[in-house]
Amino acid sequence: MTAHSFERNASLRSWLLVEAPQSGFQAWMQSFYLAWLRLAANPLAVIGVVVLLGIGLVALMAPWIATHSPFDQVLADRLQRPSAAHWLGTDELGRDVFSRIVYGARTTLYIVGLVAVIVGPIGLCIGATAGYLGGWVEAVLMRITDIFLSFPSLILALAFVSALGPSLDNAIIAIALSSWPGIARLARAETLTIRSSDYVDAVRVMGASTPRIIFKHVMPMCLPSVVVRVTLSMASVALTAAGLGFLGLGAQPPTPEWGAMLSTARQYLLEHWYLAAMPGLAILTVSLAFNLFGDGLRDMLNPRS
Amino acid sequence: MSSLTDLAPRRNTRLRLPRWAAPALRGGLSVALTLLGLLALTFFIGRVLPFDPIAAVVGEKADASVYENVRTKLGLDQPLYIQFVMFLRDMLSGNFGRAIFTGNPVADDLRHVIPATVELATVAIVIGSGLGIPFGVAAAVYRGKPIDHAVRLLSLIGHSVPIFWLGLMGLIVFYAWLGWVGGSGRVDIFYLDAVPKRTGLLLVDSALAGDWDVFVSAARHIILPALLLGYSSMAYISRMTRSFMLDQLSQEYVTTARVKGLSRRRVVWGHAFRNVLVQLATVIAISYGGLLEGAVLTETVFAWPGFGQYLTTALMIGDMNAVLACTLIVGLVFICLNLITDLLYRFLDPRTR
Repeated sequence: MTAHSFERNASLRSWLLVEAPQSGFQAWMQSFYLAWLRLAANPLAVIGVVVLLGIGLVALMAPWIATHSPFDQVLADRLQRPSAAHWLGTDELGRDVFSRIVYGARTTLYIVGLVAVIVGPIGLCIGATAGYLGGWVEAVLMRITDIFLSFPSLILALAFVSALGPSLDNAIIAIALSSWPGIARLARAETLTIRSSDYVDAVRVMGASTPRIIFKHVMPMCLPSVVVRVTLSMASVALTAAGLGFLGLGAQPPTPEWGAMLSTARQYLLEHWYLAAMPGLAILTVSLAFNLFGDGLRDMLNPRS
Repeated sequence: MSSLTDLAPRRNTRLRLPRWAAPALRGGLSVALTLLGLLALTFFIGRVLPFDPIAAVVGEKADASVYENVRTKLGLDQPLYIQFVMFLRDMLSGNFGRAIFTGNPVADDLRHVIPATVELATVAIVIGSGLGIPFGVAAAVYRGKPIDHAVRLLSLIGHSVPIFWLGLMGLIVFYAWLGWVGGSGRVDIFYLDAVPKRTGLLLVDSALAGDWDVFVSAARHIILPALLLGYSSMAYISRMTRSFMLDQLSQEYVTTARVKGLSRRRVVWGHAFRNVLVQLATVIAISYGGLLEGAVLTETVFAWPGFGQYLTTALMIGDMNAVLACTLIVGLVFICLNLITDLLYRFLDPRTR
């Protein structure tokens, strides 16, 4: 490393750590940097981040990493053991298992990502509205939340999928419908503490409308804890998605999906156990990584524990 | 007409409620509201969400007269709120309709499958808390030591592992390769219906009948699925036990007990552990409910003829009567468990009295 780049690094560091940030952007970057420093102190969380980034990379680069097409059936080569040509063997239709697992990362991340994008804003809106308005709006919204919470998420998702019909998109809708309540609860709790703070009173006195206060002044404050909560629930979303796939109610064939792969591998379990072993390991890796990362995030925001 | 003075409260003649009554009433009202919401949600899933509930019954190729007939018979020509009232009446009287795939009333089917799941879940929770509590206590006492990390890792994997995959791997290793356990189902096939049904719990029934061959077979079959389910609840129980114990061990009374010269065992088990019992009871009740969720996937893997398998079979063929009844039962179990833990808290913790 040259002296020049070292100096630039040092100035970037001081820009990130200076006591009084000059702009909103700098303040944002500072809080990210400090958060990263605290996260980096937790080796398990770093492992989680690295694994997640790796899986994201695999999903992104799937066509270059996979050795075969995930859909090409070569019936002559069906149920082969792992070999140089097929690293993890072939399935009952002669498709390359390694390639299907690689493409399966896309399916899983697609589900997890889409659920996060749906669930976060819905939970945030409902929770912040309920918490800020109070009264009967809060009573009704929170009662609905409690009713959804009184189901285990997999069973509620199962019921929704069976009513909507099995498909990948319906599975995503079902998982989203069953996992927003936890986030709404959290957002409401956060809002209750924000609602009575001075700056909210100040904005109200200045004549801001209720929606403006909720969207511009309350929700941004709830965002960090909601993000953590969404990350933590991604592990269980990945597991639920795989469970739905395993039951035949998630991604439909021929889409490569780890849970569905496991379910077909079940029929050949005794002779070809590795067919079932690999997709399961992939699910375990993703969900473990989300758990490690989420735990790290939580510890970071809650230094007491 | 009564005068205004009659309406004023008279303190001495007013109905005096015991002190526990107000919270109990409030709790009862809250449970009733949740139950109504639960029913509304299941109604919504079953009658409003599907594109065409009639086609689900008669099939897609039925002619118009049959279609209309079924429509009237199901009450689908009525306005939605009347349908909801009819739905409420049916559900509350336990009339869940007929399951298409078994041909029996759903209520009868449930009576057969629920004991199988209860048996599995009970053995699992015994394993889960039997392992999880000591592990959690050990992790808290030896905080930061290797045993703490080991417990943490074990519980992290328990949270993250897809239980159906673990079940399949367990079957390969312990059934196919080692032959230590029985395979799928509740009992070896030639012992089916060998003992009279009394409780529906096969382990209890065979013990009552004194038929130890059946008992051993049943035990060999239940051990693997119960261990796996138990592992997933152990993950949660040990984690919670650890954090409860850490909370207690940092309290001043623990220091006092140590200073008094009590042995470590007395301090941990006699003082700190006794104070986490109430919280642990709630955790165990919650994980017992959580086992229902795990049971859906585990029972499918092990062909365990219980509630979970019944639900998934119904789901596969889109049998909405059975699906709704099962969904409702699960919701009901959760509401009851919440209520029980709430009452347990009041009962066990002297501070809430």
